[in-house]
Amino acid sequence: MAIVHIPALLHSLTGDVRKLEVEGRTVGDLIDQLELLYPGIRDRLVENGHLRSGLAIFVDGMVRREALEYEVPPKSEVLFVPAVAGG
Amino acid sequence: MAAKVHVTATINGEPVEFLCEPRQSLLEVLRDELKLTGSKEGCNNGNCGACSVILDGLLVDACIVLGAEIDGCSVETIEGLMDSEGLHPLQQTFLENAALQCGICTPGFIMAGKSLLEKNPQASEGDIRHWCAGNLCRCTGYDKIVRAILDAEPQLEVKK
Amino acid sequence: MNPTEVMEPAKTEVKKKYKVIGTRPIRHDGVDKVTGRAVYGADVQLPGMLHGKVLRSPHAHALIKSINTEKAEALYGVKAVMTAADFPDAGSRTANLGELGEVPLKPMCDNVMASDKAVYHGHAVAAVAATSPHIAEEALKLIEVEYEVLPPVLDVVKAMDEDSPLLHEDLYTDELGEKSSRPSNVASHSRHVKGDVSQGFAEADHVLEREYRCATVHQGYIEPHAATAMWNPDGYLTMWVTTQGAFAVRTAVHQILDIPVSRLKVIPTEIGGGFGGKIPVYGEPVAAVLSRKARRPVKVVMDRTEVFLATGPTSGSYVKLKMGVTNEGRITAAETMLAYEAGGYPGSIVALGGICMFAPYNIDHTTIDMYDVVVNKPKTAAYRAPGAPNSEFAVECMLDEFCQILDMDPMEIRLKNGAKEGDIQSHGIPHPRIGCIETTEAARDCEHYQTPLEGPNRGRGVASGYWVNAGLTSSVTARLNGDGTVTLQEGSTDIGGTRTSIAMQLAEVLGIPVEDVVPSVVDTDSVGYTEVTGGSRVTFATGWAAYNAGQAIKSQLIEQAAEVWKVDKDQVTLADGVITTTNGDSRSMTIKELAANLSQKGIDVGSRETVTPQNHGGAYATHVVDVEVDPDTGKVTILRYTAVQDAGRAIHPSYVEGQMQGGVVQGIGWALNEEYFYNEEGNLMNASFLDYRMPTSLDLPMIETIIVEVPNPGHPYGVRGVGEVPIVPPQAAISNAIARAVGVRLGDLPMSPQTVVKALAAKS
Repeated sequence: MAIVHIPALLHSLTGDVRKLEVEGRTVGDLIDQLELLYPGIRDRLVENGHLRSGLAIFVDGMVRREALEYEVPPKSEVLFVPAVAGG
Repeated sequence: MAAKVHVTATINGEPVEFLCEPRQSLLEVLRDELKLTGSKEGCNNGNCGACSVILDGLLVDACIVLGAEIDGCSVETIEGLMDSEGLHPLQQTFLENAALQCGICTPGFIMAGKSLLEKNPQASEGDIRHWCAGNLCRCTGYDKIVRAILDAEPQLEVKK
Repeated sequence: MNPTEVMEPAKTEVKKKYKVIGTRPIRHDGVDKVTGRAVYGADVQLPGMLHGKVLRSPHAHALIKSINTEKAEALYGVKAVMTAADFPDAGSRTANLGELGEVPLKPMCDNVMASDKAVYHGHAVAAVAATSPHIAEEALKLIEVEYEVLPPVLDVVKAMDEDSPLLHEDLYTDELGEKSSRPSNVASHSRHVKGDVSQGFAEADHVLEREYRCATVHQGYIEPHAATAMWNPDGYLTMWVTTQGAFAVRTAVHQILDIPVSRLKVIPTEIGGGFGGKIPVYGEPVAAVLSRKARRPVKVVMDRTEVFLATGPTSGSYVKLKMGVTNEGRITAAETMLAYEAGGYPGSIVALGGICMFAPYNIDHTTIDMYDVVVNKPKTAAYRAPGAPNSEFAVECMLDEFCQILDMDPMEIRLKNGAKEGDIQSHGIPHPRIGCIETTEAARDCEHYQTPLEGPNRGRGVASGYWVNAGLTSSVTARLNGDGTVTLQEGSTDIGGTRTSIAMQLAEVLGIPVEDVVPSVVDTDSVGYTEVTGGSRVTFATGWAAYNAGQAIKSQLIEQAAEVWKVDKDQVTLADGVITTTNGDSRSMTIKELAANLSQKGIDVGSRETVTPQNHGGAYATHVVDVEVDPDTGKVTILRYTAVQDAGRAIHPSYVEGQMQGGVVQGIGWALNEEYFYNEEGNLMNASFLDYRMPTSLDLPMIETIIVEVPNPGHPYGVRGVGEVPIVPPQAAISNAIARAVGVRLGDLPMSPQTVVKALAAKS
């Protein structure tokens, strides 16, 4: 069970549900569960089987480069954040 | 292409002869013909001072002097600053003051500083800021460069 | 360590007294750099080397109908001519940008050399390699290009209009995977929402809504871009490049030219400044193709005009901001819209502007809308704290307005709202331990702030800034020499003394003088993968790799000493460069003695380390500036400047001060003078150092610095990045100072003399 924060631009898909508890072993599993609840959400987060370019996955404040394959510890907080490059 | 010009000059105390195209700048001659790449090109139009050298006692931007113009002249570049005792006091105070970050403007600033202190051995902060306004540095904000030049003054005095 | 592994917060050695850290040694590369011996990009000379020059579009926006290179090819001394047709077809290939994912390769290729359309004045369209730079320049004039000129799009707000001319007919606005129904210059829209701003504004006693604009500005590094390529007939390509990241160049050239990474070696030269602008590639793939075609080494060096015309300025921007505060000075809500110029192709740094914007403050209700907008200007690049100055300028100016409305001290409002560890930022991530409060307190208590400013037309301004910093991947290889010194090879190019700040961390571990560590920056074949020198990450991350290398060498030395003494290794310690036994038999030897012993026996001591730490912490700064405004000319003189900043742990304080001073002065230039001037046709009118007016020594006072150390618990020595945040506060600090000096609030940068005069005239 992890707490998933829905990106602001997808609040319209979730009826303004901003975060919810979702069951799943990996980030990919969590997205599959979200898709069951909110059809269409997967395509907004995943592209060609990979996390959409320009998105990063933060779990408990840390970027997880394993992305969809990352195994989510119980009770962790999962965020999808626009990825950024430094200068 | 115009015929090359034969030039005889003194560079860092050594007699030098070279051939250059009339359109080649002193900076091109130093860097490409004489392989003295310590003088840097930052703008190629006299705005940044990265190519500062001393020509017959006068501080100039080598990019806006023609190579052919130095016939019979004496040129000092950063490569000539060390002597048998080691680094020039300005080189040493630049290191001690952390007055360089990327270092690309450093040869030009050191030559500008040398030229200033030869004319005005007790230059004030204001004198240094005024004199060095033709040398751009984008890394340091000039603070530590000004301090390095001030610090070199007593050492140059002792050296005399 | 596996590069993809995430490092957990390390235990910080807070109270320990350091032997090397905090001292001010002379940098290892110093003598090379004060004697002119250091080899920078343009200093590379190879036998038979040709000189490459690039033909650039005179139009800001034009279709390329045809290019005829025949006459140029025929010129005596010309050895190769190329156009975008010489690059492999980008087609649908993608470029992997690491954490940014996969992006289409075509825009990256087209930016290096336009294939069908020029999208900014100075866009490369063809290139020549010749036996001298002058011949190459003559040849460029013989290349015939037929253009169909299109109307330019220069203003970021107008570019967003539905009826604006389009840069790219196939560009649709992306909103997290959903594409707009019609093509647009808006490449993407993203959003962060925290809380409920309508509730927050209802709690406010005062609400302000303002617009702020930043002109397009350039990084202004003094060394122009330079790349030399040698393509051998066996397919091996060697490149000498002035770059912030040799591996980044290797990746980009590999992708654009579609050649295996294993056939490509990038040798980083010394680098004459970058500030984010020497991350993208420009002449590198061009030099490579010219070298392949000419079968000789080719050096491509830009001149200053080309640097201004065609390399990354940073985004000009439009920011709309609404904020509310209570009578007590608590910020209740903030709502903003950010539109950043991306230049000719998508990809501005607006996302970072959004993340950093409200980070210095704990605000319950925030909404941030971010737009990435293409315009007919050079493809933008990162510039020191990329994106943050544009957005934080707005917040810091508005806070000062609130201070005047509430009659509140600027330090007090910052202390009241200052972000602390655990506060949730506007993008949902909690703050780690940061030094907002400590830094602001130090600024409030400093002699400058405590000394009243007097005189007509003078004012004091305060502003703060936050920068997120970066961790990313860094590698080093360290090896003990027979004389007890340590050779340290690193992948991070050294722009401002980082050889030394990295070496100091290894020296500290072993307790040896930093002069006994010999650092060098090496090529892509000679060290593990290392990401760019950027994000204020090198002293933090590459320093951490060196720390790990030091620890590895330390444990190997202990093991070897135990072997020599025939004791258990648990009975051996190493401190201050001396190895001793702890079992009471008082045996000891220096590292130098043991190194000699091991060298004789042929035993190698060393380590190869790769780290990807994430606990980089955030950087925070508060600045105080005194200005005097000349009401007749509008000229603003900086009378006094103090920068206060949390460095976590200042490894080499002189270079921390240097970063602070340099960042401040770039911020002053951005605030008062620097901007790209375009005419109506979209031609850049000030592509020289004379007309693009960066600060000179005469424009400035000394820049006073106060280093605050709130150790970063995420680094063994408490380091946090220091390089970027000092460019964030100056723009607002100066605007606020002008407001307090002469009573006009300026929200558009730069605040050039004519802007100030106009504002004063409008006021009276």
